[in-house]
Amino acid sequence: MSAVTAPTQGKRQAGKKPVASDRAKAETRLGQRLVAPAIILMLLVTAFPMLRAIYLSTFDYALTAPEDREFLGLSNYLTALTDPLFWQTTGMTVLYMVVTVAVELVIGFIFAMVMHRVIFARGLIRTSILIPYGIITVVSGFTWQFAFSFQNGFINGWLPFVGDDFNWFGETTPAVIAIMVSEIWKTTPFMSLLLLAGLAQVSEDMVEAAKVDGATWWQRLTKVILPNMRAAIMVAVLFRALDAYRIFDNIFVMTAGAQKTESISFLTYRQTIEQFQLGMGSALSVLLFLSVLLVAYLIVKLFRVDLAQARQES
Amino acid sequence: MRNKIGIVVGCVLIMIWCLLPVAWIISLSFKSEESITNGSPGFLPAEGGFAGWDNYQAVWDNEQFRRAIFNSIGISLIATVLSVIVATLAAYAIARLEFTGKKAVLSLSLAIAMFPVVSLVGPLFDMWRAIGLYDTWPGLIIPYMSFTLPLAIWTLSAFFREIPWEMEQAAQVDGATSWQAFRKVIVPLAAPGVFTAAILTFFFAWNDFVFGISLTSTENARPIPASLSFFVGADPFNRPASLLAAGAVIATIPIIVIVLIFQRKIVAGLTSGAVKG
Repeated sequence: MSAVTAPTQGKRQAGKKPVASDRAKAETRLGQRLVAPAIILMLLVTAFPMLRAIYLSTFDYALTAPEDREFLGLSNYLTALTDPLFWQTTGMTVLYMVVTVAVELVIGFIFAMVMHRVIFARGLIRTSILIPYGIITVVSGFTWQFAFSFQNGFINGWLPFVGDDFNWFGETTPAVIAIMVSEIWKTTPFMSLLLLAGLAQVSEDMVEAAKVDGATWWQRLTKVILPNMRAAIMVAVLFRALDAYRIFDNIFVMTAGAQKTESISFLTYRQTIEQFQLGMGSALSVLLFLSVLLVAYLIVKLFRVDLAQARQES
Repeated sequence: MRNKIGIVVGCVLIMIWCLLPVAWIISLSFKSEESITNGSPGFLPAEGGFAGWDNYQAVWDNEQFRRAIFNSIGISLIATVLSVIVATLAAYAIARLEFTGKKAVLSLSLAIAMFPVVSLVGPLFDMWRAIGLYDTWPGLIIPYMSFTLPLAIWTLSAFFREIPWEMEQAAQVDGATSWQAFRKVIVPLAAPGVFTAAILTFFFAWNDFVFGISLTSTENARPIPASLSFFVGADPFNRPASLLAAGAVIATIPIIVIVLIFQRKIVAGLTSGAVKG
């Protein structure tokens, strides 16, 4: 790290602050030119459409009747925010996020601990853990839908407490569980790989020292290992939570939103693409975007609080 | 000793977790359609319910399916190559140069990585229809590129930061031209990182579903995940399970092959981009 930045730092010192040397100017120009294509592409596909979504959201605009487009102001938002369906899907989305991330964090951490300690067959374990990560979410959705299905699945046969003809997709709770299982199966490997990288950064010496001092396994875990991996845990939780909040593919494949399993992404998609209600769909898009920002903010804030608390403790 | 047993048990559990559903979908893809509609819940094909390669044959003979595989391979590969080129330029600048706006690039890519994809399908749907990109390859390649750029930029700049750039100067001192120094010294060092970014980008493009179903309407550009979900009939509760399973297995093979060959690079890329970046 320092070896790489050293030359540029040296250069900047040589040039001193007030006079930006020609060389520094040339470097800035080159740097900006090199990042320009990436910036333009990212803005073209996100910022511009997002602004357009804000604009469209103020209209009653259905693609099936484009001539009847009518300016509404904020009334689309009012309609959405006063509709119980909106709040029900938002609640369901939060539920998907909280449960899947919590379960993944626990299972992912156990997997990471095992992979960290394993000496033999490392390649084999890592290859297998990448398979769920690589598989298309739609395929994972089908796999679990068929597995839970009473017509062609095996899960009813394997679970002692449900009947052979139990229909998992006939009611909200079991359908939600099935969707969550698929989501958790597919994304736990990602979580465990990030946690594994975090584990690798915890110094073995500290763990050994704690062991010599007579700390139990649990104490070593909670007082030494976990606090030292806080950054890795935060990154993993943030990434996965935002990803889980956008849940769409599994719901589309497994229930198509039936039995109140719909997520906020799914509602937005249905309004925009299936019902061609671009105005309302755009309003929902903006709300979805804002709620993702809120979730990101809350998670970052939550971890900051934890950081401060931990510092006071130590 | 107790520790060792725990690890072995853990390893076995991980393997079961990862591979059981894969084994199940493969098993399902070899069952005959009749044995499934008769309702014989079981993991392995029951006696007489083994269809052999018939399902695979039937899926492969389906024109739409073949077309979707072709679309997916083409679109994902083009998006990957273009995205990695653009990301390499940006990551090189971020890792190597001092310039105004560097922070802005990093925060913008962070914001895009968090962006809810579904928020964009409405406006993109509308725009693409207006300018004629709807239901075309570029109509998918462009969104794939911009959504894979953040990951590629992070991964690559993390890799590039580790490269000892002084070696380039050393080569020049030894008499190489700057182009020779760059090509013979830096390119071989950067290649593994670029390759890793390419694999992760390809995964994203191959996995995408939201854009695939929203921005296409015919087999013109519809990629494999979207095509699978629309496979036969609108009734989501009565799909031809074993045929779909065969299709799913075929769609998964490219990914499995990539994972098998490049396992170490993928792990390095996933973790370096997220933890060090």
